[in-house]
Amino acid sequence: MEHIVIIGNGIAGVSAARHIRKLSDKKITIVSAETEYFFSRTALMYVYMGHMKFKHIQPYENWFWKKNRIDLVQGYVTKIDANRKEIVLENTTISYDKLIIATGSKPNKFGWPGQDLQGVQGLYSKQDLDNLEKNAPNKEQCKRAVIVGGGLIGIEMAEMLRSRKIPVTFLVREESFWNGVLPKGESALINEHIEEHHIDLRLGTNLKEIIADEHGCAKAVVTDKGDTIACTVVGLTAGVSPNVDFLKETDIEIGRGVLVNRFLETNNKDIYAIGDCAEQREAIGQRRTIEAVWYTGRMMGETVAQTICGNPLEYKPGHWFNSAKFLDIEYQTYGWVFSEQSKNEYEEHFHWRHAKEKICITIAFHKETKQFLGINTFGIRMRHAIFDRWLTQEKNMDYVMEYLKDANFDPEFYKQYESEIISKYNATYGTTITAKKKSWKRIFNNV
Amino acid sequence: MKTIKNIGLVIFLIGLATFASLTVIGTFKVTPEIVDDYLTAKNIQSEIFINDINNTLVNKEFNGISGLAAVVSSTLENANAQHRKNKEYNKVIYTKPSDMAAEIGKKSGTGFIVENKGLMWFFTFGFGIIGALLFIVPNVIFLGKKGIKNDGIYHENATNRGWIAWLVFIFLVSFYIILYFFSEYTVNWTYLVDPISESLSGNPAGHWFVYGFMYCVVMSVMAVRMYIKYRHNTYQMVRTTSVLFFQIVFAFLIPEIMVRLQMPYYDFKNAFPLDYDFFFQWNIKSLINTGGIGLFILVWGIVLTLVIVPVMVYFFGKRWYCSWVCGCGGLAETLGDPYRQHSSKSLFSWKVERWLVHLVLVFAVAMTAMTLYSFFTDANTVLGIKTQTVQNSYSILIGAVFAGVIGTGFYPIFGNRVWCRFGCPLAAYLGFVQRFKSRFRITTNGGQCISCGNCSTYCEQGIDVRAYAQKGENIVRSSCVGCGVCSAVCPRGVLKLENGPEEGRINPTQVLLGNDVDLMDLVNKK
Repeated sequence: MEHIVIIGNGIAGVSAARHIRKLSDKKITIVSAETEYFFSRTALMYVYMGHMKFKHIQPYENWFWKKNRIDLVQGYVTKIDANRKEIVLENTTISYDKLIIATGSKPNKFGWPGQDLQGVQGLYSKQDLDNLEKNAPNKEQCKRAVIVGGGLIGIEMAEMLRSRKIPVTFLVREESFWNGVLPKGESALINEHIEEHHIDLRLGTNLKEIIADEHGCAKAVVTDKGDTIACTVVGLTAGVSPNVDFLKETDIEIGRGVLVNRFLETNNKDIYAIGDCAEQREAIGQRRTIEAVWYTGRMMGETVAQTICGNPLEYKPGHWFNSAKFLDIEYQTYGWVFSEQSKNEYEEHFHWRHAKEKICITIAFHKETKQFLGINTFGIRMRHAIFDRWLTQEKNMDYVMEYLKDANFDPEFYKQYESEIISKYNATYGTTITAKKKSWKRIFNNV
Repeated sequence: MKTIKNIGLVIFLIGLATFASLTVIGTFKVTPEIVDDYLTAKNIQSEIFINDINNTLVNKEFNGISGLAAVVSSTLENANAQHRKNKEYNKVIYTKPSDMAAEIGKKSGTGFIVENKGLMWFFTFGFGIIGALLFIVPNVIFLGKKGIKNDGIYHENATNRGWIAWLVFIFLVSFYIILYFFSEYTVNWTYLVDPISESLSGNPAGHWFVYGFMYCVVMSVMAVRMYIKYRHNTYQMVRTTSVLFFQIVFAFLIPEIMVRLQMPYYDFKNAFPLDYDFFFQWNIKSLINTGGIGLFILVWGIVLTLVIVPVMVYFFGKRWYCSWVCGCGGLAETLGDPYRQHSSKSLFSWKVERWLVHLVLVFAVAMTAMTLYSFFTDANTVLGIKTQTVQNSYSILIGAVFAGVIGTGFYPIFGNRVWCRFGCPLAAYLGFVQRFKSRFRITTNGGQCISCGNCSTYCEQGIDVRAYAQKGENIVRSSCVGCGVCSAVCPRGVLKLENGPEEGRINPTQVLLGNDVDLMDLVNKK
């Protein structure tokens, strides 16, 4: 029986294992050093915040793995011997027929002085969660935390610490939060919201060094603006990069991540790489070559399972979408809405923001053809299926406005803003569009 | 702010302690008139009992009801034993000693409590309400900006099965045991609400009036908590208002007012088989005997169960009843909300649930079939089993122990929907309709799920919502009561409760958007 070995029990590795099991009777082994069972990394924050216990963020009950004949091995892979087709763990080796590398990411550290001190940590792994519980159990033991890096993990970490009333200073390199990704109106809205949550937001500020006390623990950070901020915990959340250092000695080709073709194959025909650690040799559409996103990990797992089970399949991730939550504000995006810094010259934005509430949307469209390119929504939920369809059908902006009610996914009885949005659109572009009533027929019949 | 909360807590606990102490304190003086009236009213024939009770009870004064209850009980048992021995079965008294003690006790109360009903109400209910509100209302500021605030739920003793939760568990279980089985200890409580009862129905309060009134008070106070906690979520606000309205107006006020108007006591929203004694002989007879309105209720009750309930479930899902109208659901969604995370999500619990809830439904239907058979044929037994025995066992096992003692008592440990999930025969019936013929579903929003588990954790019915959401499947489960909290707690906007076309409602294939079409076609073909 063919033996499939998967390194990494995150969403990519586990999706691959599940789908291989659905499609075949192959022997499957998952190796992980991090935890015994699969858990949802994106939910680690909720454990610290007391919304859930760790067991709740494990999507499958513990009997699931045995029942589905997926062997779990806990151990750290130190080496891959591609010639002998085996992986080397600390005190054992496992031989494979096909190997899937799904080792995910590791937090970036940029060589800051003091970055390895006690109390300095990222927020990526189960171990990071345990460390945060030790380093910042409450506001008495953690007088202040400084978070370095204004991305999604940074703001999550700020939210976590604030849930225990720990004072937080948030150093963001950019002049406005996440403005490399978000258009400025949205970025400004999030800036305001961060400050509403009593987070000391320092925009345009970089970390220079972390200062140690006599025990080797962090006691303050120094910024490039010359401020020294006393703190006991420093969160380093300046992005992540593929966790592939253990492959450096091997023949497996790596760039920033493990280089793969569209079939997710590495340069070694029996070795595949999926998830955060995989780097596409050529970008797919406007996507980045490395995408550290939950659902791309899942889709790569599903795709590679097909290939391994005798149905070679290209990885085609479809239209871009994503979501996040910034403190109390939900964010969803479908298609491409670029920030001012990176947007294409043909890309125009229509922005609407609620007068009082933290609700806004930005729709990107083509200046000349008015083709709909993408939408960002803050505080309004939208229906994935509808935008996916509109992107495929290359609908234009007027159409999107007219049928916007079909796309609303907010819970029942919520106030709806389509008419306000459309009247602003009409005023801006001199159109006379009126919103069509929501139609189940259109929503479900793909018309 | 913290101080206000603490003061509120202290006031609440004083009210609660006073309320609890009322079960054992108070002076009861039994006059000859009380006993005479009782014996006449109940048409008691036993000369042994009449003789004994005049010696043991009349002109005696008891401190606390327990002394009186003990005397009543021993006198009654002694008389019955002698009659049975002498085979004088027509003289045996079938009234339960605890009911007898409650009834005599109610008339015999004297002293401070009886003379100061309003004041005592204030020391118990009043303190409870004021204290609880002082504890709850500061959350407007305490919880911060509006949004989902589940911070610390698993760090707090009370919501994480700590000792406070166990104390609440013991308190609730004891309360229900007293209510259902030892009503003599509720006599002092009935005094507190006598003025309210008299103004509504014209009668002094019994222990079920205390319960009904308390139910409304608890729901109202805890609804304030819901309004604050979910103030960003219109669905929760509207739904909370709805359950509160149906409890106060339909379950509490209308039946009391009907009694005042010489009509039968009836809760128009309480559908059979949850209302398991609707077809019991005494109920049918009393309905028929009250003429027009009684007949109307009889027809309404049947139409409600056979037509209105399933048709509404078809259009809106069983949520229209279970989390918008029902009293049990109403308490679960208000008092029980802090405990919703304790429902077990394991596959094992799901198996237990399906067996148990459907067995109760079978039990209820079989019992009713026997009841109706007996009613129309005047036969006391069906296939050698006494109808009365089956009815009594159902009343005690399901009606009292399961729905009351376990259903509410177990809130702090096993979650707020133990009864609705494992025991309610109406929920089982609605579940069939919802699962097989309904427009209701929880739509999963394409590929946005990140498997975080908030939906599953906060599902009061123990549905592993995430298991569906992460596969892109809509959630169509018979047990879903449509409380909407999975949708509320989802950080990524994945879940939406909606009533749409039946076609495509159940999508068991793994339709995950994102993967482009040919891969999905392929996955779906498998």
